Amino acid sequence: MATTTISFAETPLLNLVLRRADDALILGHHLSEWCGHAPMVEEDIALANIALDLIGQSRSLYDYAAQVEGSGLTEDHFAYRREQHQYRNCLLVEQPNGDFAATIVRQVLFSTFMDLYWREMMSSRDSTLAAIAAKAEKETAYHIRHSAEWLIRLGDGTDESHARAQAALDELWAFTGELFEVDAVERSLIDAGIAPDAGALRDRWHERIAPILREATLNIPSAPFMQSGGRSGRHGEHLGYILADLQYLQRAHPEAVW
Amino acid sequence: MSATAVAEFASDGDLVTRARAAVEQVCDPEIPVLTIADLGVLRSIDMASDGAIEIAITPTYSGCPAMDVIGFEVKAALIKAGIDNARVRQVLSPAWTTDWMSETGKAKLRAYGVAPPAARASRRALFGEESVACPHCGSQHTEKVSEFGSTACKALWRCTACREPFDYFKCI
Repeated sequence: MATTTISFAETPLLNLVLRRADDALILGHHLSEWCGHAPMVEEDIALANIALDLIGQSRSLYDYAAQVEGSGLTEDHFAYRREQHQYRNCLLVEQPNGDFAATIVRQVLFSTFMDLYWREMMSSRDSTLAAIAAKAEKETAYHIRHSAEWLIRLGDGTDESHARAQAALDELWAFTGELFEVDAVERSLIDAGIAPDAGALRDRWHERIAPILREATLNIPSAPFMQSGGRSGRHGEHLGYILADLQYLQRAHPEAVW
Repeated sequence: MSATAVAEFASDGDLVTRARAAVEQVCDPEIPVLTIADLGVLRSIDMASDGAIEIAITPTYSGCPAMDVIGFEVKAALIKAGIDNARVRQVLSPAWTTDWMSETGKAKLRAYGVAPPAARASRRALFGEESVACPHCGSQHTEKVSEFGSTACKALWRCTACREPFDYFKCI
């Protein structure tokens, strides 16, 4: 049987666009799993709305990836027809939803980073990336407000909610190091004024996150070891389940449309 | 006489004016009291070098599911006005902001029962003290129920004076 997997030459720019697009798609997909299961109807709607923003951002980025690639692939090919090792998302976004506290901690860690990243990318020399960033930054700033307020309520709430929020933070902290990693692919684009330097955002991220955690009475974990590999396609087991769910239809019926 | 033939006789300016009159009437599918012009979703109407009318629209939010419908309705409105040779494209830059909503739009929104966006200043504040007037009774004694509401562009609030819940158009 012929493979339905696409193959393409991954230039540095395409790789960069896919990193951002895959982060948004995978996190958006995870959040959409809460639909109908959140602790209350307002949160059900909130998480679905954030998922919608993220999937919207991923569409703009995949659309641009298709333009950059230039051989006639579409946004759908990038989302539905790549294997796990071709995905470029960071490991943080593929971590399972867990309980509500774990989802909120993952949101706070990721969106505080992305807000800084998008703000830098707004001045990219690549005008399409600058436009996508300007749009995504506003949405991300709004997401932070939602998740940070929740984290403060949970951390500074009951013994139970505090314990769960701290456990989630301890578990997920080891995946934050990867957010700031800069490899040779990104370095060339940083030097060209196209990509922000993620490594340079680390201190600002700490300044941003520390007051939130302090108000939530949560302790910043001391993680001696940071887990990474997602940017080069080395993922954990969780991503496979997401892709199976996400890609089933296009794998079984390639090119199917509504 | 076909629509294309009419277009050939009309001057470029006339055609753009006619296109504008038609497109400005298109309503948002999720907030039908507002036109896409009121919302600031309609960005420009121009004639391209090949003579086609080119309409630029911008999404309120990246994932706004109404964009496809809006694009379709824009084309339908143009065909109805006798303009077949038209293209609709989505632009992301500059990014949409609630500041683009017209004053007429805000008044229509209030009359429809949705509180229009307030000032932008507090958008980064946690537990920010936003002051949103109830669109039903006008009271300032209101409270936020959820940052997110029935569509990507709305939050859920309630009035503690008249006890009615209401949608608030998120401010970004």
